[in-house]
Amino acid sequence: MSSLSERPPVAVVGVPMPHESAALHVTGHALYTDDLVQRTRDVLHAYPVQSPHTHARVTALRVKPAYDVPGVVRVLTAEDVPGVNDAGVKHDEPLFPSEVMFHGHAICWVLAETLEAARLGAAAVEVEYEPLESLVTVREAIAAGSFQGTGRHLERGDAEGALAAAAHVFEGEFEFAGQEHFYLETHAALAHVDEGGQIFVQSSTQHPSETQEIVAHVLGLASHAVTVQCLRMGGGFGGKEMQPHGFAAIAALGSTLTGRPVRLRLNRTQDVTMSGKRHGFHSGWKAGFDDEGHLVALDATLTADGGWSLDLSEPVLARAMCHIDNAYWIPNVRVDGQIAKTNKTSQTAFRGFGGPQGMLVVEDILGRCAPLLGYDAMELRHRNLYKPGDSTPYGQPVRHADRLEACWSQVSAGGDVVRRKAEIERFNATHPHKKRALAMTPVKFGISFNLTAFNQAGALVHVYKDGSVLINHGGTEMGQGLHTKMLQVAATTLGVPLARVRLAPTRTDKVPNTSATAASSGADLNGAAIKNACEQIRERLEQVASGRLGISPHDVRISDGVIRGLSDGEDLRWEDVVNAAYHQRVQLWAAGFYRTEGLHWDANAMRGEPFKYFAYGVAAAELEVDGFSGAYTLRQVDIVHDVGDSLSPLIDLGQIEGGFVQGTGWLTLEDLRWDESNGPNRGRLATQAASTYKLPSFSEMPEVFNVRLLEKAHEDGAVYGSKAVGEPPLMLAFSVREALRQAAAAFGPAGTSVELASPATPEAVYWALDRARSSVLTASGV
Amino acid sequence: MTTTTQALRAPSIKVNGADTAIGDVPVHTTVLDWLRDRGLTGAKEGCAEGECGACSVLVARPGTDAPTDWTAVNACLLPIGSLDGQEVITSEGLGSPEALHPVQEELAVRGGSQCGYCTPGFVCSMAAEFYRSTRTTSNGHCDHEHGPNGFDLHSLSGNLCRCTGYRPIRDAAYALGDPSADDALATRRYAPPPAPATTRMTKGEAEFVRPPGLADVLQLMADRPDARIVAGSTDLGVEVNLRGLRPPLVVAIDRLAELREFEFGRDEVRIGAALTLSEIERMLAGRVPLLAQMFPQFASRLIRNGATIGGNLGTGSPIGDTPPALLALDASLVLASHRGERVEPLADYFTGYRQTLKADDELIKTVVLPLPLAPLSAFHKIAKRRFDDISSVAVGYAVDVVDGVVREARIGLGGVAATPLRARATEETLIGQPWTERTVREAAAVMAAEGTPMDDHRASSSYRSAMLGQSLLRFHAEEVPA
Repeated sequence: MSSLSERPPVAVVGVPMPHESAALHVTGHALYTDDLVQRTRDVLHAYPVQSPHTHARVTALRVKPAYDVPGVVRVLTAEDVPGVNDAGVKHDEPLFPSEVMFHGHAICWVLAETLEAARLGAAAVEVEYEPLESLVTVREAIAAGSFQGTGRHLERGDAEGALAAAAHVFEGEFEFAGQEHFYLETHAALAHVDEGGQIFVQSSTQHPSETQEIVAHVLGLASHAVTVQCLRMGGGFGGKEMQPHGFAAIAALGSTLTGRPVRLRLNRTQDVTMSGKRHGFHSGWKAGFDDEGHLVALDATLTADGGWSLDLSEPVLARAMCHIDNAYWIPNVRVDGQIAKTNKTSQTAFRGFGGPQGMLVVEDILGRCAPLLGYDAMELRHRNLYKPGDSTPYGQPVRHADRLEACWSQVSAGGDVVRRKAEIERFNATHPHKKRALAMTPVKFGISFNLTAFNQAGALVHVYKDGSVLINHGGTEMGQGLHTKMLQVAATTLGVPLARVRLAPTRTDKVPNTSATAASSGADLNGAAIKNACEQIRERLEQVASGRLGISPHDVRISDGVIRGLSDGEDLRWEDVVNAAYHQRVQLWAAGFYRTEGLHWDANAMRGEPFKYFAYGVAAAELEVDGFSGAYTLRQVDIVHDVGDSLSPLIDLGQIEGGFVQGTGWLTLEDLRWDESNGPNRGRLATQAASTYKLPSFSEMPEVFNVRLLEKAHEDGAVYGSKAVGEPPLMLAFSVREALRQAAAAFGPAGTSVELASPATPEAVYWALDRARSSVLTASGV
Repeated sequence: MTTTTQALRAPSIKVNGADTAIGDVPVHTTVLDWLRDRGLTGAKEGCAEGECGACSVLVARPGTDAPTDWTAVNACLLPIGSLDGQEVITSEGLGSPEALHPVQEELAVRGGSQCGYCTPGFVCSMAAEFYRSTRTTSNGHCDHEHGPNGFDLHSLSGNLCRCTGYRPIRDAAYALGDPSADDALATRRYAPPPAPATTRMTKGEAEFVRPPGLADVLQLMADRPDARIVAGSTDLGVEVNLRGLRPPLVVAIDRLAELREFEFGRDEVRIGAALTLSEIERMLAGRVPLLAQMFPQFASRLIRNGATIGGNLGTGSPIGDTPPALLALDASLVLASHRGERVEPLADYFTGYRQTLKADDELIKTVVLPLPLAPLSAFHKIAKRRFDDISSVAVGYAVDVVDGVVREARIGLGGVAATPLRARATEETLIGQPWTERTVREAAAVMAAEGTPMDDHRASSSYRSAMLGQSLLRFHAEEVPA
C-alpha cells in the first residue's frame, strides 16, 4: 500500500503549476462540446417542448403543426424510441413522459435546420394537458406521505436515554434550500453516426460510461455500438453526473433517425428549469448537552427533497446521514432519513453530495445552542471536536482526528483570532448600526463513493517509439484540474519531463466501465490507475535498461528522462531505451487498474467503513453586517485545509478557494424560489435566470483571503500521499453562515440565540438581527 | 426567402484586424452568435441576458479621455448590424497560446482559469480596464476594489466565475503593468474611433437600420409605429434572446450626435440620452455625488458600457436605478418627435406600469439636471447581491438642511410601486423640521408606508417596506451636516 503513496526524490507531482489548458482557456482556444458545432457540417438543432404545468397528464400531443414551420426536419416523441423510453438508471425517468412531473418537463423535442426554426417548431407543437394535484414543498410532501426510494436509519448508543438524562436538551426544526449548479456551460451534446455505423456522442458529462449506457438502452443497442467523448466541461459540480444522459440520448436518437449530426444545447432557462439541483432538506432534531457543553445525544430526522424522480437521492441521503456528525464526537445518535417526492426537478449530485446538508444540521444546532448554553460558539465547537480514538456513528474510526486540532490551532494562530475577537467586541460596543463577528467551523469529510463498486478506475498509457507518452483515463475534466494532476502523476511515475506527456480526451472506447468523476475521487482513483499503468511500462523499461547497463533491474532509476544505475555509471536517454525496447518487442503500452482497498459498507444497517479516509479543514470568517439592511461584507477568511501531500498545490488552492465561495453562495445568496402559491404558476421556478438567481460575484470574495494547506499531511494509501480536494472545502463556508448568526445576535442582548434562514440572504439576516435587536432576553437554556 | 442589402457598401466589421462582411444573416443575429458561426468560439453564451459576461468582447468606441476606448460589451445582447463599420477584438485576437497577451499571461499563470468557460469573457473585461487611458499604475492608491496598479475591480463586476472564487482573477488584475510601447491596441486609442456607419440590413421581413441623423430617426418613428428604437440593446437583447421577440424594424440611435450632448453649465447639467452610463460616469467625474454613488451599483461595467441613460428611462421600469436618483435630483426630460420638442419634469413622466408620458413617436433626447445640487445626497440600493443585481428597493436622496432645519427634501423611490415615485409624504414630514434623529424616526415611519411594495423572488413586501424606513435612518446616521 505504501508504494502507492511513496514519492520518488524527484517528482513532478507536488510542483505548483497552472491548469494544463490555461493557455487555451485564456485565448478562447479551449473547445467545449458546443464549440464543435461550427466544425461539423449539416447539423440539426434540437429544442424542447416544455410543460407549462407542474403535474399533469398529457392527453393529446399534435406534432404536425411543427412540420409546417420552415426548417423543421423531425419531431421526436415516445414512438420514435427503439429501445427503452428512459433517461435514468432507476428506470423512473421517462425520456418522453406521458405524465408531466414538474413545471418545464420536456414532452418532446423538435429538430430543425436552425435553432430559430427548432424554437418556432417547438412553439407550434400542440399539447393538451389534464392538470393534476401537485406537491411543491418538502413540507407538503411530508404531510401527504409522498416519499420515494428507501428510507434509512442510523443508530449508535441510546439517543433516547441520553436525551432523557442530559443536563440541557434543545429541539428544533430547520428547513434549508438547495442550490442551482450554474456551471457556466449549460448541458450540451452533439451526436452523429460515424463512418463505421457507430453512434458517437460528444457530451458535457461527468459520467461518460453512464451516458453511453443510457444512450445505448434508449437506442436499443449494445454499449459497444455507442462511444461517448467529453473534451472538457465548463463546470460540472455534480450537475453533470446523471443529468446529461437524457440530453445525449435525444441527440443520439435524432441522429440515428435523420442520419445527420444533432446538436442539443440548453439555454440557461432551459437548463435551470429542466435539470436537477442540490437537495433542499427538512430536519427535525433534538440535541442533548452536558454541563461542560459536550454533545451527548442527537436525534434527528432528515427529509431530502428529491424532486420528481429518484436519481441519486438515495446515496445523497446516505451521505447526509453519515455526515451529520461533521467533526464532532456524539456518543448517542439516532438519525432517520427519508426522501420526499415532489413536483420539482429531480434533485441530484452537487459538490458535497448530501454531506453539506447533514453537516449544516449539526452546525446550525451548535450555533443556536451555544448562547443558550452560555458558551461562545467557537469554544463549544472546539470542545466537541473528534479526538484520536473516536469513531463515527456508523462505526468508522476517525483516523487522523489530530489533524482537526492541528487545523484549528493553525487557523487560530495564523488568523490572530484571539486578538481580532477582542477587537470585534470593541468595535461592536461603539457601532450601533454595524456589527462584526468571527466564526470558526471545522470540516471532516469522508472520501470514497458510498457505493463500494464505484471505487475503481482504469487508465491506458501509450509510450510511442520516439519516447513520447499519451495517457488516457476514465476521469473527466470540469475545471478541477484532474488532467493537470494526471499528467503530473504520469510524468512522476515514468520519470520523464512533463512535456513528454500528453493527455487525450476522455472516451468510453479507450477506458471502459468508468465511474463518474465525482465524490472528489477523480485524482485518487484515476491517478492510481495511471500510476499502475506507468509502473508496468517502467518495469519493462528497467529490464531493458538493466541489460544495457549490465546491472540488476532493481538498481535502475529513471528520473527526468534519464536512465541510470544506482551507482555512478553510464546515463541512458529515455528515448533510446524506449526505442531499444521496441526492437526487443517489449510492450510499450499498458492498461492500468485500481480498486480502493479496505472499504466495506452495509447500506441497510448503515454500518461499516465506507470511506478510505477523511479530509479535514478549518475556516475562520470575519464579516460585518449592516443593521439597516442585513447586507454584509466578508472582511477576512483564514483557512487551513488538509489535502494530504498535494499533487498540485496551485490546483488545490483553487479548489479550496472556489469551493469556499461556492459554499458561501449556497448558504448566503443563492435563492431558489419555486412558486408555492395556488395560483396559475404554482410549481414554476421563479429564479430561472442569471438575473434572478444570483451567484457570488467578485463582491462576495473575502477582502482578505488566506488559504494554507496543512503541512506534514501525508496520506498513506492514496496516490503519492495526496488527498481528495474537490468537495470538502465547500463546507468551510459554514463559518460565514455562523458569523452572520453571531453578528445578528450582536444587535441584541448578550446570550441571544438567533435562528437564521438558509440561504441567509440580506433579507434573512435583516429579520434575524431585527428580532435580536427588538428582543429582551427571556430565557437561557431549558 | 429573398434578401436585399440596400446600403451603398456591404455591412462589415473589422474583427481582430480583418475586415469581415456581416453577410446574409438574420438581422436579429447577436454579435455572439455571429462570431461563433465564424469560428471564433472563444466568447461563450452563459446566460444570454448580459449577466455573466462569458460573451464579453472589446469594441472600439469614442473615448472620454483618449479618442478611442477599448470598451468591453456583452456580445450576446448586441444585434450584429449595430457593429457595422466598427472594430471588434475577441480573446482570440488579443493573443495566442504561443504569444499570450499580458492579461492572458497573468490569468493563466496565477490559476485564474479552472473550467475556462468564463475565461475569455474575463480576459476581455480585464483587457478593457488594462487599456483604460485614465488608469495610472503609479499613484499607489489601493483599497478592496482598486489595485495598486489603478485597476478598478468593478470592471469585472459583469463577469461571473463559478469555479475560482475570484481571488486569483483579482490577483492577476492587480499584477498588470502598463501596456508596452509597441502594443498596437494601446496605440489604437490615440486615433479616432470608427465613425458610425449608416446601416440598412434586411433579411426576410425584418430590418435593421442606423439612420444618419436624428431627423431621419424621428421621421421613421412617425412613419413606422412598429419601429423599435435601440441604443445599447441591454433591454432589447434580453427580449430577443429569452422571450423570442423579433421586431420587424430595429432603429439604432446610440451614435447620433444630437443625442450625445454633454454640458456641465452654471444652471444645469445637460446629458444626452444616448450617452452610456459609463460615459456619463467619466464625464461627470464625481461632480454629481448622488450619481457617483449610483454608478457602481447600476448593473455591471459591461452593462453600463452599453446601457444609455435615455434607455433606462425610456423602458419605464419600476425598478430602474437611474429614476430614483434623477427624481431626487429634480431632473427633467427633453422629449423629441418630428412634431418638435417639449420639456417635462421627470416626476410627471411615469404614468403607470411601464407607461410614460412619452408618445409612441417620441424619444428622450436630453436629461437636464438643475443646479445647484442639494448639499446632502445619497443613493441606497437594497439587493441580494452587493453589485450587479436588480434592486429590491432603490432610494435617491437630495436634502438641503439650513441652520439645522430641513429646507428642501426630494426622495426618489424605485421598486416599491408600479412606477418610480417621489416619497411625497415623507418629504412633507421632513421639510421645515429640525434635522434630528427624532424627526427622522417619525419620517422613517411615514417612509415605510410609501408605495405599495409587493412580494416576489427578490424580496418580500414587508422587507421592502422595512427597507424604506431603514434607508432614511441610515441616510441620517451617515449624513450629519457640517
